[in-house]
Amino acid sequence: MKKILEVRGLSRIHGPGCPLCFENTGAEAETNVCVSCGSVVAAQNVSLDLHQGEILGIVGESGSGKSTVVKTLFFDAEPSAGEARFFDGDQQLDLFSLNAARQRWLRNHRFGMVYQNPNLGLNFNVSAGGNIAERLLMSDVANYASIRQRARDLLTRTEVLGERMDESPRRFSGGMQQRVQIAKALATRPPLLLLDEVTTGLDLSVQARILDLILEIQHELNTAMIVVTHDLGVIRLLAGRTLVMKYGQVIESGLTDQVLEDPQHAYTQRLVASAL
Amino acid sequence: MNPGYELPVDNVNYNFAFLDEFAKREIRRNILKAISIPGYQTPYASREMPMGRGFGTGGLQLTLSLLGAGDTLKVIDQGADDSVNAVNLRQFVELTCPGANTTERAAEANIIQSRHRIPEDKLSADQILVLQVPTPDPLTIVEPSEARRKIMHGEGDYAPLLTRLYEDIVQFDEIAISNRYPTRLNGHYVIDSSPIPRFDVPKMHQSAALILLGAGRERKIYAVPPFTDAVPLAFEDVAFRTEAFLDSKGNRRHCDRCNSVTSYLDEIIHPDGSRHWQCSDTGYCNDRCSQLKNAECEEARP
Amino acid sequence: MGYVAIKGGGKAIAGAQTAVESLRTAEGEDGSSLPLASIEHQLRLLTSRVVSEGGLYHPRLAALAIKQMQGDTLEAAFALRAYRSTRPRLMETPTQSTSGMRLIRRISSAFKDIPGGQMLGPTMDYALRLLRLDLVDESPETFRKVSRRFIRDAPDSDLPDSFPKVVDALREEGLLPPQPDRPDSPFDITREPLVFPVPRSAALATMARAETGSLLALAYSNVRGYGNVHPTIAELRVGYVPVTLPHPITGEPTEAGEVLMTECEVVATQEGAGSGAPPLFSLGYGACFGHNEVKAIAMAILDRALQKGMQDGADCPSEDPEFVLLHVDGVDSMGFANHYKMPHYVTFQSEVDRLRTTQEKDPAHTKAAHGAES
Repeated sequence: MKKILEVRGLSRIHGPGCPLCFENTGAEAETNVCVSCGSVVAAQNVSLDLHQGEILGIVGESGSGKSTVVKTLFFDAEPSAGEARFFDGDQQLDLFSLNAARQRWLRNHRFGMVYQNPNLGLNFNVSAGGNIAERLLMSDVANYASIRQRARDLLTRTEVLGERMDESPRRFSGGMQQRVQIAKALATRPPLLLLDEVTTGLDLSVQARILDLILEIQHELNTAMIVVTHDLGVIRLLAGRTLVMKYGQVIESGLTDQVLEDPQHAYTQRLVASAL
Repeated sequence: MNPGYELPVDNVNYNFAFLDEFAKREIRRNILKAISIPGYQTPYASREMPMGRGFGTGGLQLTLSLLGAGDTLKVIDQGADDSVNAVNLRQFVELTCPGANTTERAAEANIIQSRHRIPEDKLSADQILVLQVPTPDPLTIVEPSEARRKIMHGEGDYAPLLTRLYEDIVQFDEIAISNRYPTRLNGHYVIDSSPIPRFDVPKMHQSAALILLGAGRERKIYAVPPFTDAVPLAFEDVAFRTEAFLDSKGNRRHCDRCNSVTSYLDEIIHPDGSRHWQCSDTGYCNDRCSQLKNAECEEARP
Repeated sequence: MGYVAIKGGGKAIAGAQTAVESLRTAEGEDGSSLPLASIEHQLRLLTSRVVSEGGLYHPRLAALAIKQMQGDTLEAAFALRAYRSTRPRLMETPTQSTSGMRLIRRISSAFKDIPGGQMLGPTMDYALRLLRLDLVDESPETFRKVSRRFIRDAPDSDLPDSFPKVVDALREEGLLPPQPDRPDSPFDITREPLVFPVPRSAALATMARAETGSLLALAYSNVRGYGNVHPTIAELRVGYVPVTLPHPITGEPTEAGEVLMTECEVVATQEGAGSGAPPLFSLGYGACFGHNEVKAIAMAILDRALQKGMQDGADCPSEDPEFVLLHVDGVDSMGFANHYKMPHYVTFQSEVDRLRTTQEKDPAHTKAAHGAES
């Protein structure tokens, strides 16, 4: 399988930072906060590989740093250290050394992101169809009818009622808002899709349908995805491989089946055991 | 206050065209820059003028920097030479630019300063049109921050603006913008065409005359250089539409005075409630009328 | 079919001028033209405001502007600005120090007593706002008696001309950060447009000649809760600042005159200065021509708010440099508000065309229209 993303040594520190930060925090230290300088180490030395069409899961509790990883990849936050290489066709892009304009271009044309909070991913001043149109209009599509058709198609695919495409997502239920987000993220057929706790807080039946949708999309479009969640059930269903994070560090990684059936790290064992 | 001080009651001698030479030079440099980058909003240190911000100080500073003795200026507002604002500006120029001429006939002018209209008669390569602009940036309706708009222009990120047009078509079946239509110059920057009606936007495309746009309060100068492509934003399948001036039977209205069926018309409500239509461009209308005195009008009346 | 001549714009303008003049002289024979000195002195705070907003230190011309514009502060400041616009620039002064200010008023809220003492000076802060009916028909003799009284009772000047600044004492104690390095030259807002982000000197210059009410509203919003500035006035000074220029021949610094100024330094809540360094207060600075205390205080509050906004991002409008600096200039805002009175019938026609087309496309509207006609 062809590699699409390679992350090495990704770290993010909130605060001044000091030479003892990494030593003082992490899974063994059982904290994110460095006692020497008071900084919060949100992520420490995270490395991962992602291949085309693959779904990678990142699981952990609050404060584990899992959201931080995707936020830096989507350029919502700046890393304190580390590299990320994106393989686009025959190009290799060093993500964190690109200028802001190039980063924005990647966000708009090569990446998709679905946030836990729809406020971050959707524009409520514009209709659901308009949200998708905005992404399409970034790539010089100039035909109103085709934009409209594509928006309708995407919303239908994500099971949003066609009659509601001209409404503002403000009036939609949480589940529908997430589906509009997914439709919007897919509008540009991105090779890489980032999903940050997208089903957290939704009813179980709604969750199930969205997870099914994500699987279908992966089959159809062969999109590579990083799925961030604290829910092992989501990991089990979606992810081929999984990283387990705790207090900013990756403590275990491997095939999902192996991690869940035969966890090595004590923390992972506890996590698996406590899953309902 | 120093009791020995006396007020400078002697008449102050203003420089030719009121502005000092440094100010004029700065403005001319910015004009050149604006022409070199079609549609780019060039910032400049707009000077305070004796008329209010919003009353054409941007256009006026352009005109004063370009005008010399021997030049001929026409000033119109809403197409009319005798509109109060046009009168005020013209009188100011007559006061401060001895040797410069003023006229009401577009053909005689080499500089035309206008608020909200482009003259009906096609302008030539020997003429410069100066338009007065309240808001230079078409992205203002989707982004209030100037710093962020600058980045959007730089990256050609007009998607939010186009999304607005999309939403208009969804709601109204057509694009609802009436004036200040966003127009793309030279395939790149999108400009606010100033509060000219849609009717006048096509006149910007491949214009023989240079068109300069000045925003005094917002402190920007931008330009449509001669023979530049100026394309109003639209979709392939939803065309840009100008005001049609059709009556209830679908016939194009005419000017009650000169019979033109091609000019932009003002709607006038008479005291008896009846509605009449007249050319907004009074200079154009006057010219046509003086030709009509002895001849039959060629365009048929409905 | 009548043709409407859109003519007579020139006559209308001339007529308007006559009407304005007739209102100015409405007192007729009982009235007399206001002497500029009376405006400058008896309406001194109004004059100060116009001097400050006009951005030109010339109280006598400000008085003329007030007289000509019949008391409209926005128009008077505008007239002064327009006049300034035509003045040649003879030179740029070196940076002046306000520590040599010849004080007429000096207070500090931060300390009970300060070196040199608190000097209430000419303030109405603690006066009762009861209308003084004895001013209604003040006779010339009473006026003269009052003016002479102040001079006769004036104490001998055994007070020094100037005093050390309170903020200097705070700096010595390490409670305020040391004075930052001065940039080579301040941003000149009359020669360069504001292109954001702008340096602090651009913000201060813009606010120094901003419209007082605009600054006040924004500062008020910050301290009331849409913001985080909790100010204490370290020092508020009103007085005459000597203006020093290099002598045209010898180049020696020479005092050329003095300008009345108001200066306010505000100390705001603690800020963590970074790892290792002890916490410090932060400073907000406001200064303007003339005697304008509310303006200087508002400016100091906004200076602090904007510094925070420029460094950490804005959490509210008063911390956003674009929001504040682009909306506080009285000449700009007044001009634009006024411009709505100008003819807009061509664009309005365009909008009516739009509306009619949209209504025609709406089936409900067409039905109603046909219903009305039949």
